[in-house]
Amino acid sequence: MIHLTIDDKSIEVPAGTTVLEAARQLDIDIPTLCYDSRLKPYGACRLCIVEIAGFPKPVTSCTTPAADNMVVRTNSALLHRLRKTTIELLLSDHPNDCMVCVRSGDCTLQELAYLYDVRENRFSGGMRDHNRPDANPFIQRDQNKCVMCGLCVRVCEEVQGVGAIGYSNRGFEAKVCPPFEKDLNCEFCGQCVSVCPTGALSGKMWAGQPRQEGVKLTDSTCTYCGCGCNITLHSHGDRLIRVSSKKTSHNRGWLCVKGRFGYDFVNRGDRLTTPLIRREKGGALEPASWDEAVQFVVTRMAGIKEKHGPDALAGLASARCTNEENYLFQKFFRSVIGTNNIDHCARY
Amino acid sequence: MAGLAAKFGSGAMTNSVAEIAENDALLVIGSNTTENHPIIGLRMKEAVAKGARLIVADPRRIPLVKFATLWLRQKPGTDAVLLNAIMHVILEEGLEDRDFITRRTEAFEEFEASLAPFTAEFGAEATGVPAEDIRKAARIFGSAVNAGIYYAMGITQHSMGTNNVHAVGNLAMLTGNVGKRAAGVNPLRGQNNVQGACDMGCLPNVYPGYQSVAIPGMQQKFEAAWGGTLSGKPGLPATEMTGAMLAGSLKGMYVFGENPALSDPNTSHSLKAFKNLEFLVVQDIFLTETAELADVVLPGSSFAEKNGTFTSSERRIQRVRQAIASPGEARNDLAIIDQIYRSFAAGSVAEYRLPDAAAVFEEAASLWPEIAGVNYQRLDKDSICWPCPAPDHPGTPFLFKAMFSREGGRALFTAVPQVLSDELPDEQYPFVLTTGRELFHYHTGTMTRRSAGLNAVAPEAFVEINPVDADGLGVHSGESLRVTSRRGMIDLKARVSGIVPPQVVFIPFHYREAAANLLTNDAMDPVCRIMEAKVCAVRIEKNMS
Ligand code: SF4
Ligand code: SF4
Ligand code: SF4
Ligand code: FES
Repeated sequence: MIHLTIDDKSIEVPAGTTVLEAARQLDIDIPTLCYDSRLKPYGACRLCIVEIAGFPKPVTSCTTPAADNMVVRTNSALLHRLRKTTIELLLSDHPNDCMVCVRSGDCTLQELAYLYDVRENRFSGGMRDHNRPDANPFIQRDQNKCVMCGLCVRVCEEVQGVGAIGYSNRGFEAKVCPPFEKDLNCEFCGQCVSVCPTGALSGKMWAGQPRQEGVKLTDSTCTYCGCGCNITLHSHGDRLIRVSSKKTSHNRGWLCVKGRFGYDFVNRGDRLTTPLIRREKGGALEPASWDEAVQFVVTRMAGIKEKHGPDALAGLASARCTNEENYLFQKFFRSVIGTNNIDHCARY
Repeated sequence: MAGLAAKFGSGAMTNSVAEIAENDALLVIGSNTTENHPIIGLRMKEAVAKGARLIVADPRRIPLVKFATLWLRQKPGTDAVLLNAIMHVILEEGLEDRDFITRRTEAFEEFEASLAPFTAEFGAEATGVPAEDIRKAARIFGSAVNAGIYYAMGITQHSMGTNNVHAVGNLAMLTGNVGKRAAGVNPLRGQNNVQGACDMGCLPNVYPGYQSVAIPGMQQKFEAAWGGTLSGKPGLPATEMTGAMLAGSLKGMYVFGENPALSDPNTSHSLKAFKNLEFLVVQDIFLTETAELADVVLPGSSFAEKNGTFTSSERRIQRVRQAIASPGEARNDLAIIDQIYRSFAAGSVAEYRLPDAAAVFEEAASLWPEIAGVNYQRLDKDSICWPCPAPDHPGTPFLFKAMFSREGGRALFTAVPQVLSDELPDEQYPFVLTTGRELFHYHTGTMTRRSAGLNAVAPEAFVEINPVDADGLGVHSGESLRVTSRRGMIDLKARVSGIVPPQVVFIPFHYREAAANLLTNDAMDPVCRIMEAKVCAVRIEKNMS
């Protein structure tokens, strides 16, 4: 174990722990833009700088391994000034777009500008213009808002194993884009969108939907495959407007395209909204009241049971529906109708 | 999962998903994991990044092949022979775990004898995989400390699916890779709550918790809990229901949240069967192909409109929570079933009410000891993997640590003979058709094809065909092909690709306008009654019309 002191608090950590991780264990808040605990450290944004006794200059805590007897300071007038300058530089060519940006209120850059009180910009200069429309249906790229943290490139490579995006150009003209600046053509998992700290990457389906006001968050489980990813449903009134996932979930916040972007079936206009009955064989399905529908089901099923016995009836339950529904459904067939003719469709 | 239950006493994934990253070796067979179980796929990639060796056995060059140490391209339908040959080499080279075999298994001698003919050369002949690769696979798997096996419909949806599952289990037992961390035999469940539907007793032969309807003690237990008398006669499995509908012995059906008219193999057959019913009720959120045939359609709720639980592939019970209200007069599914239940019992329409999902779960938990420790208070804090027999039990990431759930506590070796697919290619139908899923769609597409984005990136059905065969037919990507089997015919666009080997074509089954299941075979596995949806023989022609 390694013993070190951070802001006068001492802590023991296993070898290989970075100074940033040690500080987080002590609940000390160090600002970061390019760090994500699920990815390898990168050291690009320089916001996580700290002072270490014996070191000539501040160093980035996310890439510095903790060493025995280190004495670390995470806050000082110098560090504050350096961080503020970094933020000012980032904002100097950032479109002043927060009013209409989909990430407003949920943007690391905006929060840092607020915390470090960056109002006017000493470095204002040319704005980049990288924007070109990307025709893919899921991911909105707004590269003028990119801070080159590299999180999207790294998650796509390290976690998703796809490598659909990379860097092109250097310095002021640098940007993140798919190879040869084509439209994205990838797995559309949206991992990159979920790690982007600014409005540079967002969901196309999120555009124009409420951001904070009236938005309700509900933790739930994905309805698609057996991975059972934990998701958070963002809803406004009776509409689903976004799906996200928490880092702390068993799926670590990662989702696939179906779980992240495949939610709009719920609010489709062709949902069934009223019971339907075929009043005579060969006739059409017509709207009916619930009472009429329930009565019809009970009468017809009871009639079949009476005439042909309970085994002339069967139920097919659903591998898509809840445990509680499935439990009650099979109980209905077994205990009320009196048959074991009950199965579900997907026997795998 | 009859195969696994017979060997171990339970048919679920033996190990949890997080443990995958700790595997030294992985064998993925019959599972296109990155497309069908993407997040489980991420754990596999993580294991590889940490240095694990990955063996992929699949006729198609699935995306996971890119991460594999070794890719075995067996001919469709020869999985069990491939596994037998791998095990033959493991024994030949002394890579088996004798200690595990002695302490924890039974019937090894007969099994060992049954492997004698399956030499690497014999395996190569039958499967098309080079003998040297079979040996390599045996060495990789046999020498790993922690080796896990992952499989899905690709090996179970065959007329010999149960045999395949037995073979997979044998391999884990032979090498001592079950009953410990970061190993095991892991069937990946297709739909979100297949595990839960089975757990809750939506199976014709067992009550909730796999308690057999044919055991009088179980019957009495459930009669005491539910009241009334229960039938001790096992019911019809879904795949036999079609025949019973056609024969007229099955007259009324209640289909809840599924679309069997499109998802069943040999669809034209099953459509005819549903039309033959005297009475059909369908409860769903869309007017599916099955609902269109119904006498009554009950509008239910989507997952975002209800409270309850799903159980994932790794036996993890998790909360589903209501976020929004259902549209129009659509109602909560649990309440619909509850009202019909009470109305049927009373003989007249009972008052509508919303039952408490937590109480329904509690009732199920009181009848199945393996989840006796699970309740909504706990689930609201964190999900739990069953078995969880007591309120202070943390849940179980991997099964069979001390013993197997079979009588006697040992795992059973099973000899697996070579069985041929029910329908092999011949002169008239020279191609092998396999079906499956693609990343952007799910099942019959009821939900995903209504998602604007998903439908935009994957708008239409296609048939994957090898460049060699495409050349032979003079067809290019995007041109229309007619695919004909003994049961039906569909037209769809060609996608010329080396993903499939020559003489094999692949069609995803999500598309109603070109339903792959019109072609597939409804020959059944004799034990677990799964249709042979994976392999059938077809003829391919350039579509001139
Ligand atoms: S959506 Fe996924 S695959 Fe596509 S670029 Fe982003 S991280 Fe990569
Ligand atoms: S697009 Fe977002 S995640 Fe990617 S480098 Fe730019 S700011 Fe970072
Ligand atoms: S997000 Fe994707 S991988 Fe996760 S449960 Fe949903 S469908 Fe499966
Ligand atoms: S977080 Fe350390 S350099 Fe960006």
